[in-house]
Amino acid sequence: MKKDRHLAERKKPCFGKDLVVVNIGIRPFYEDLKKLNVKVSHVDWEPPAGGDQEVTALLDKIL
Amino acid sequence: METRIVIKKNQYRDSVFLMVINEQTRSLPGINEIAVMMGTVNNKDIIKEVGFFGPEIDSATSKDIVICIRATSEEEIERALAQIDEMLTRKRRPEELEDVYKTLESAIRERPETNFAIISIPGQFAARETKKALNHGLNVLLFSDNVPIEEEIEIKKLAAQFDRIVMGPDCGTAIINHVPLGFANAVNPGPIGLVAAAGTGLQEVVCLIDRAGGGISQAIGTGGRDLSDKVGGLSMLKGLDILDNDDETEIVVLISKPPGPTTTKKILKRVSKSPKKVIINFLGSNPELISSFGVTVGQTLEETAFLAVAALKGEQYQHRNFSTSEEELKRRLKEETERMTPNQKFIRGLYSGGTLCDEAMLILNDSVGEVYSNIPLKPKLRLQDLSKGQNHCCIDLGDDYFTRGRPHPMISPDSRGRYIISEGEDPQVAVLLLDIVLGYGAHMDMAGALRESIKVAKAEVEKRGGYLAVVASVCGTMKDPQDFPSQVQNLEDVGVVVMPSNAQAARFAAMIALKNNNRIG
Amino acid sequence: MEKKEAIKEKIKQANRAAVENMLAAQPVWVDVARAGDVIPGMKKNMLLHAGPPQKYENMCGPQRGAAWGALIFEGLANDAKEADQLLASGKAVIEPAHDHDSVSGAAHMISFSQPAIVLENKTNGKVYYTHMKEDTFIALRYGSHGDHTIRKLKWLTEVVSPIFSKGLKKVGGVNCRDIIAKSLFMGDEGHNRNQAETCLFEQMFIPVLLESDLSKEQILEVARVLQHDENFFLYQVMASCKAMLDAGKDVEYSTIVTVMARNGTEFGIKVSGLGDMWFNAPAPMVKGLYFPGFSEKDANPDLGDSCITETAGIGGFAMAASPAIVHFGTATGVGGSVQDAINYTKEMYEITEAENPAYQIAYIDFRGCPTGIDILKVLDTGIQPIINTSISPKEPGRSQAGAGLVRAPMECFKKAFLAFVEKYKLAQKS
Repeated sequence: MKKDRHLAERKKPCFGKDLVVVNIGIRPFYEDLKKLNVKVSHVDWEPPAGGDQEVTALLDKIL
Repeated sequence: METRIVIKKNQYRDSVFLMVINEQTRSLPGINEIAVMMGTVNNKDIIKEVGFFGPEIDSATSKDIVICIRATSEEEIERALAQIDEMLTRKRRPEELEDVYKTLESAIRERPETNFAIISIPGQFAARETKKALNHGLNVLLFSDNVPIEEEIEIKKLAAQFDRIVMGPDCGTAIINHVPLGFANAVNPGPIGLVAAAGTGLQEVVCLIDRAGGGISQAIGTGGRDLSDKVGGLSMLKGLDILDNDDETEIVVLISKPPGPTTTKKILKRVSKSPKKVIINFLGSNPELISSFGVTVGQTLEETAFLAVAALKGEQYQHRNFSTSEEELKRRLKEETERMTPNQKFIRGLYSGGTLCDEAMLILNDSVGEVYSNIPLKPKLRLQDLSKGQNHCCIDLGDDYFTRGRPHPMISPDSRGRYIISEGEDPQVAVLLLDIVLGYGAHMDMAGALRESIKVAKAEVEKRGGYLAVVASVCGTMKDPQDFPSQVQNLEDVGVVVMPSNAQAARFAAMIALKNNNRIG
Repeated sequence: MEKKEAIKEKIKQANRAAVENMLAAQPVWVDVARAGDVIPGMKKNMLLHAGPPQKYENMCGPQRGAAWGALIFEGLANDAKEADQLLASGKAVIEPAHDHDSVSGAAHMISFSQPAIVLENKTNGKVYYTHMKEDTFIALRYGSHGDHTIRKLKWLTEVVSPIFSKGLKKVGGVNCRDIIAKSLFMGDEGHNRNQAETCLFEQMFIPVLLESDLSKEQILEVARVLQHDENFFLYQVMASCKAMLDAGKDVEYSTIVTVMARNGTEFGIKVSGLGDMWFNAPAPMVKGLYFPGFSEKDANPDLGDSCITETAGIGGFAMAASPAIVHFGTATGVGGSVQDAINYTKEMYEITEAENPAYQIAYIDFRGCPTGIDILKVLDTGIQPIINTSISPKEPGRSQAGAGLVRAPMECFKKAFLAFVEKYKLAQKS
């Protein structure tokens, strides 16, 4: 009964059909996925506010 | 004068590109004349004017590249052809890749179908970026560690609101929709799904399943802290939901160190509602509690893998301590111990995978007794001086202490190589215990890279009149980018005993230590 | 939550308004006139310098040299020593050019009698100023103060500038916006490469001179200036950018940058919603390529008002229009690869409010230049504005040391942000 109700609430597959990835940070993960022909973008990330966490926290309050 | 005509069928390049190749190859020594052009009607006329003829040219079409070379010798023709080939197939320089951006927003704007993010930036900013990704509807593999626990809880709650999962923080491995992410292995697809709070634990189980003929639907990571009572297993619960809802998955495997007591009950209650067959390995947990919920328990990673495969095949699982025959085992044991000196009694585990190190310690604890470590099972067994081993000891060289500002031992052999040699210098050491982890992201030839250190260490001990046993397991599959069989071979060539799993390697190391102490026959 | 949304909306509207005013600017070079006659607040004993306010005792080497040269030129001092005394005692004063609706390039010191470029924003009628460019590398703007420099400055003032003035009055002004727009399709970026601009200017100006009553010798003076100095038009461009940015100042709640400038010691910015406040940080060292005879140890920290061009969305922001910029061997090479040049422009879109439809870049599908630096975006993305610039020598009196790239310091944007939060009381608990 409980199981059935749970099954009835089936949702869309969480990960979708094909993974389309964005890699933020270490580049080799992006390069490995490219070699596997996975659709992947890379973000060449920079720390916000030059790495200042206090200013970043304040910024996030406003943005 | 020699002439050669090569037609590259069905390869279009624009005329400017080919002109550049023309110019650059014409200037090679010994080249008398050259033509590199698409086989259009007009171009073929030009080629004839320059003095090249032949049926291949006539039958070439505008979709083919026509290459004609006249040079003073065959060698020069070969050289020119090699250069032309290189220029035709030259990969674009990294900066020319079109899908590199400065912000997540831009990446998603340019590729709106993006549905997954891998985040590996410094921990203090990782949650911020994760929130951005979740707000864009992405699932996240959060590789970063040093994320404050409050932020972990925050992002997991946010993920739940969006019906998404955050795998991490400190999650190094996952296989999603058959795509290996982070440090992951290439495995056969199949109906076994996993949720793991333990990176190399996941890798070991997944590889053993693959090598035993099973296949993986999804391998979901949760990060090492997910099952603490503070976080409450938010990602593992979501992972379970995903697998329950996944048509491909028939068998569910959960792997972790023992969760917090409240979380354990939460997970087990949830598991009991699953329509799928569930096998749990909460490494070092009390098995009775788990089986009291009607769940199958795997006591080691290996057992967990074999239980899953057995369930898949509809077979009964029979536990064996070793896959090798008793005879073979006895033979190897004799070989490994007969030249040892009596004072060689200790096991030193040098690990790149934290979970594998944990598993080894649990197994050794049951056979040889207390094992010291930088990630000890009990506080009193904490290794004080991390520069060298003490008594029986297993060191996780992937722990923060060793990797701050230095590459991880799964990527670089340097730190382990050094320890292999220095532990070999300790006259009380009988056996070294190693893990070699393959897969994407890992070193391309770790076994080869460690060979020298192993040889040197063994030779030093031999000089002193003793014998250093080295036991290892290779965590990998036949499809991994590294060559699995040659990794095993590389190790065996320098006298390493390679066991089919970490559990067996630990057990065998224990046998060696015990035999040399005359505790067993 | 509501309050946060309200603030965000205010900032958004303010930035839109500020940038709209900037994009609507129509900079026209209308005249060359004596600085003392036209620049607001100019005095006989005053020198106008690049960058934020500073004390004479802290001034960098090249600016000192330029200051001495300017006072000698004015006849207020006979030599460097006397000039130094006047400045040290406060009898001669130094002020930021920006405080007088002006911009000053490299180490240059604008003085009362010098010829000033007069540039009007025809959209709002406001007028802005800068100095005429000396056509040599051994110039006041690099700290030279010897006889040769003073003589050339006199020649520029007495002989050359009046001719320009006559021509400008005859033609009714030169539309700088058009010239900049065209030059971006011709390989200029507007800061380190102004060659196309100079050619386009010459193309329209020589016929004007020929149709006037100027003598052949006089016209030749102008022609030779343009012939010798292929980057002549830089200062007109700088004044145009100043005019454009100033149109967007003083918009309440706006986080758009209206000034970036350096005095060789400090790098300073101003923000539209923060009035006249300067937000400063130590001036960084430029990373670049050096002329023969120079190396890093000869370089002064970043110096000059010329990064007003980047502030307005050209210069380093328009590098994708000018891939030749990377090629060393001209006065303008900054090093790197062509792809780097394109990537820099693409980066700048992440931190700006708008794309300028008047200034387009063909290579990136005619996107408008990234315009209107938003301090919030700089902080959020961690991306600092990129600047193409010449490198000034530390020692006064030497010529240009080289050229290269530098980033505006994050510190300036952090300071500006904290001041913004304070002024608009954004940190109050709701």
